[in-house]
Amino acid sequence: MSRDVVIMGAAETDIGKLPTTSTLELHVEGARRALADANLTKDQVDGIASVSIPGPIQVSHALGITPTYVDGTGVGGASFLFHVRHATAAIKAGYADVVLVTHGESGRSRVGASTHPRGNDSVLAQFELPYGVVGPPTSFTVPARRFLHETDNTLEQLAEVAVAQRRWSSRNPRAMFRDEISVEEVLGAKMIADPFTLLMCCLVTDGGGALVIASREFAEAHGSDKPLVHVLGTGEAATSPLISQMEDMTRCRQFTLSSQAAFKESGTSHADIDHLMIYDAFAHVPLYGLEDMGFVGRGESGAFVADGHTSPGGRLPMNTNGGGMSYTHTGMYGMFAIQESVRQLRGEAAAQVDGVETSLVLGNGGMFMSAATLILTNQR
Amino acid sequence: MTTTPEVSPEARFAPRATPETQPYWDATAAGRLDLPRCRPCDQVFFYPRSSCPRCGSTDLEWVTCSGRGLLHTYVVSHRPAPGFPVPTVIAVVELEEGPRMMTNLVDVEPEALELDMPVEVRFEQRTGVAVPVFTPTKADS
Repeated sequence: MSRDVVIMGAAETDIGKLPTTSTLELHVEGARRALADANLTKDQVDGIASVSIPGPIQVSHALGITPTYVDGTGVGGASFLFHVRHATAAIKAGYADVVLVTHGESGRSRVGASTHPRGNDSVLAQFELPYGVVGPPTSFTVPARRFLHETDNTLEQLAEVAVAQRRWSSRNPRAMFRDEISVEEVLGAKMIADPFTLLMCCLVTDGGGALVIASREFAEAHGSDKPLVHVLGTGEAATSPLISQMEDMTRCRQFTLSSQAAFKESGTSHADIDHLMIYDAFAHVPLYGLEDMGFVGRGESGAFVADGHTSPGGRLPMNTNGGGMSYTHTGMYGMFAIQESVRQLRGEAAAQVDGVETSLVLGNGGMFMSAATLILTNQR
Repeated sequence: MTTTPEVSPEARFAPRATPETQPYWDATAAGRLDLPRCRPCDQVFFYPRSSCPRCGSTDLEWVTCSGRGLLHTYVVSHRPAPGFPVPTVIAVVELEEGPRMMTNLVDVEPEALELDMPVEVRFEQRTGVAVPVFTPTKADS
């Protein structure tokens, strides 16, 4: 018997600079808020999903939950989309009735945070870190010059991505950066990893959030009056742990694979998508996403964004919370992309788009390492 | 224009070999860029692993690469990294034998870089290891 699966609770913690809140507490606070949003108690939860640090066991123990379904998939910032996919399968299989997916990260203040120790003998440490790579700004960015070279996209259009995101965040009181910016300002900002300036990079914040996933049956019997968000289709894929080993530096294969799976399962097509969230750790990632998922043709993403199609009033509103470059980015942004899709589908977003019925979320993990896609709808 | 780092080059991140990558690092210490080749596929691959990523065969041999390649893509990092000059060119080079690897472009002004320009390997000494880096190929060399 197949069971419809829904997101029945969704909430974020405060976000920004939270120097007195630990990583674990961000998970716990997110969970409490999402349960309250769903009108459930912790004792109704039988499944937990969270990334490896601090881990699902620590989070559920802190909450006083004894889960009988546990998922600790930790594949970077896309992990929470993976969790939703796995929870959906688990609920359909009857392994769980209510799965809590939690995120919390003290990305800025580093309170109770992992230091991510990397042995000098890991693959990453042997073959990438010896070259002065100091994290995502100096490695995730590396493919972009090749992408611009092989497609018709331009550096100015790369800057347009940051400009478009800021148009959305200017309408969102919770966003970290809210002043609109011009292409000239983006290109003239402090250089981080040429051609990427500071304004083409995600910001770093503290924050958390959680989702309550359940069968529609359960949600209708037990939940709040909030509109249910149906999980229509999902997909996941992973390729290389090293960015230098991407098959093609101008395409992200897992964006293609995971979105194809989600479209197939959902029975929808691109034309059905009213709203789009693409993980925007850096300005080039939404361009890859638009092209590799097939929303635009090869090399057409830059012009699509520059022409305003993803901006307020455009035909494919994208990253409507302001995204990882302007809204918030704790280090694993995927949770916040899902949250914004849920808000848009419930009609409660800060920059609400009229008539959103179907939303697609594309999550990225690591440096083009993993990806997952969710297609969500408020129609059933 | 580059500035001299205040931290000694020895302070830079030094990789440590594992058994399956040891021959790679032994070769770099001897001034060679050696990579595994799959005999059934006739493919050279990066990074060293115990089986071919294409066909799964464990019938591998080590071959010495020419050290020549093309500059596939790069960023010019302005972020301080211990022991590195600012800016540092972080690049991906496509080797003549096919595989791509991350590296640094050294002894070149970033403004002089062009995608697909020919580059050649050299080795930088770190604590206990020699790390392959690349520099633009001199004309008629």
